[in-house]
Amino acid sequence: MISLKNLTKVYATGDVEVRALAGVSLEISQGEFVSIMGPSGSGKSTMMNILGCLDRPSTGEYFLDGLNIAEASDNQLAEIRNQKIGFVFQSFNLLPRTTALENVELPMLYRGLGAKERRDSALRALNAVGLGNRVHHKPNELSGGQQQRVAIARALANKPVIIMADEPTGNLDSKSSEEIMAIFQQLNEAGITVALVTHESDIALFSKRIVRFKDGRLDSDETVGKRNLAQGPRLDLAGSPGQLEVAGL
Amino acid sequence: MNIVESLRVALRGLKVNKLRSFLTMLGIIIGVGAVIVMVAIGQGAKNSVTNQIQGLGSNLLIISPGQSNSGGVRGGAGSLTNMTMDDVTAIQQQADAVAAVAPMASRNAQVVLGNQNTSTQVIGTTPSYAAVRNQSVDFGRFFSQRDLDSRAKVAVVGTTVAQNLMGNSNTNIVGRIININRVPFQVIGILQSKGSSGMTNNDDQILVPITTAQSRLIGSQSVRTIFVEAKTADQMNAASMEISTILRHRHGLKLSDPDDFTITNQSDILSTAEGITQSLTLLLSGIAAISLLVGGIGIMNIMLVSVTERTREIGIRKAIGAKRRDILFQFLIEAVVLSLLGGIIGILLGGGGASLMQKLSGMSTQVSGTSVVVAFLFSAAIGVVFGVFPAQKASKLDPIDALRYE
Repeated sequence: MISLKNLTKVYATGDVEVRALAGVSLEISQGEFVSIMGPSGSGKSTMMNILGCLDRPSTGEYFLDGLNIAEASDNQLAEIRNQKIGFVFQSFNLLPRTTALENVELPMLYRGLGAKERRDSALRALNAVGLGNRVHHKPNELSGGQQQRVAIARALANKPVIIMADEPTGNLDSKSSEEIMAIFQQLNEAGITVALVTHESDIALFSKRIVRFKDGRLDSDETVGKRNLAQGPRLDLAGSPGQLEVAGL
Repeated sequence: MNIVESLRVALRGLKVNKLRSFLTMLGIIIGVGAVIVMVAIGQGAKNSVTNQIQGLGSNLLIISPGQSNSGGVRGGAGSLTNMTMDDVTAIQQQADAVAAVAPMASRNAQVVLGNQNTSTQVIGTTPSYAAVRNQSVDFGRFFSQRDLDSRAKVAVVGTTVAQNLMGNSNTNIVGRIININRVPFQVIGILQSKGSSGMTNNDDQILVPITTAQSRLIGSQSVRTIFVEAKTADQMNAASMEISTILRHRHGLKLSDPDDFTITNQSDILSTAEGITQSLTLLLSGIAAISLLVGGIGIMNIMLVSVTERTREIGIRKAIGAKRRDILFQFLIEAVVLSLLGGIIGILLGGGGASLMQKLSGMSTQVSGTSVVVAFLFSAAIGVVFGVFPAQKASKLDPIDALRYE
């Protein structure tokens, strides 16, 4: 589903050229749960930005769901981010002074869906992550773990083909972190592809595959042998066919 | 995203910062309000000047004597005393385009009734004065040709004079004898009030037969001013030429001599006055428009601050799929809503201010529909012009940089 061929990214800062990515080839298939790891400066954040269609590679090919991202225009990238990708950030990145429900509705607003459809889908997504009773709360009235769950609901809203999480547990305590990972695991079991960047090995062990970066190159690519199972509330995914539809299945 | 959703997003953005939004609008409110009030004042001044000039009479020509020039010493305009009742009669009889002629000879005089007295202008004229100057009588009657021929000592007084001499029960003055410079006159009527025009109070005057005035009060046979009413508005120029020919002939002027009189056309006065008030209006509204411009810059300033402040929000929106156009519209609509709302409030305040001014200071004002429409469109345009730059700045932000912004 994701196919990278010989991807490079060069930043020109003044006279110095920084090669953030120096030829990366990678395949991610549907239904995978990949952790991207590496020390700072290894190129993993650049990788995530390109995977998330926030940035374009300098050279190389990137196909997402059959679309050639390297040649897409800004508007096409915005559309791809809107409809194919669900983002989860380290710092949650919810709109302040805006209720959980409205935050989850936002991607559907930019997709052009009607008010009723947006509301119904947003409510279902919030119910699925266990926040059905917090829909009218604003981010500052929610705990970090709850905020991150709103962010996951927002990522699910437009039925994306992949969820990209950039250090999703970086700002959370270990209990909330495990709960978030439990949600990712369950979404993945329901068939959603998940890619996450982390520098914590125990978080990476919740995933199925770990890709390590070093100096802008792929250092290692291994399947997780002894996988951690996260403890957390069970999601209401299997029981509701409507919810599976929200998740893009 | 459609326009309704964009509007909703923009309104929410403004609601979050109510005080700041209001203060930003204040620039536009004051600017638009000032434009509306200034134009209303200008328009009101123009209307009252026009009314006053038209109140002089209709199709009016005003003939006044020229400058005296004896031994190289020039007198002021109208210093000659060369116009007489014979000139008046000649114009009346010989000029075809003339409907009526009324001469005027005047002086200031002390008027006494019982223990009250006042100083006022006494005008000697003929019965046709009433028609030529649109001057009607409220109580009693105007003097007649017979009064004129017999040099009757009768007077028609203005309302201010009546008030000054009699107090409030001023209609009782009809029939009483008043002393004008110690000459007794019987009051036979009260003029209809015409209010004041500029510095002169049209009601502070006494009309008497010109024959009586010349012999008893002024002691000179000259006529100060001749008022001529042309038959129609189209014939005003023809009448003016006829009068000029008649007077030149009667005063025995050679072809090379300049006129020893001046003919003023009412429509000339009107267009001059309108020109003056027009440029006054332009000047005032120009100053007000500058404050509108300053208000627009205020909007741009606040929008730029807002874009910087909300960089992270812009990043989030872009990351989850907002296109450049969506962000551009969001901020542009915010700016336009600010300026339009300010414009509407300004129009309401300006309209209210104008009528309040009329009530409190008696200055006549008129809110013109054009100024309202122009102010509305102008404030919308200001929103677009001063909103485009910040909105473009926002829409061009790179999502990665914007998301990292603290």
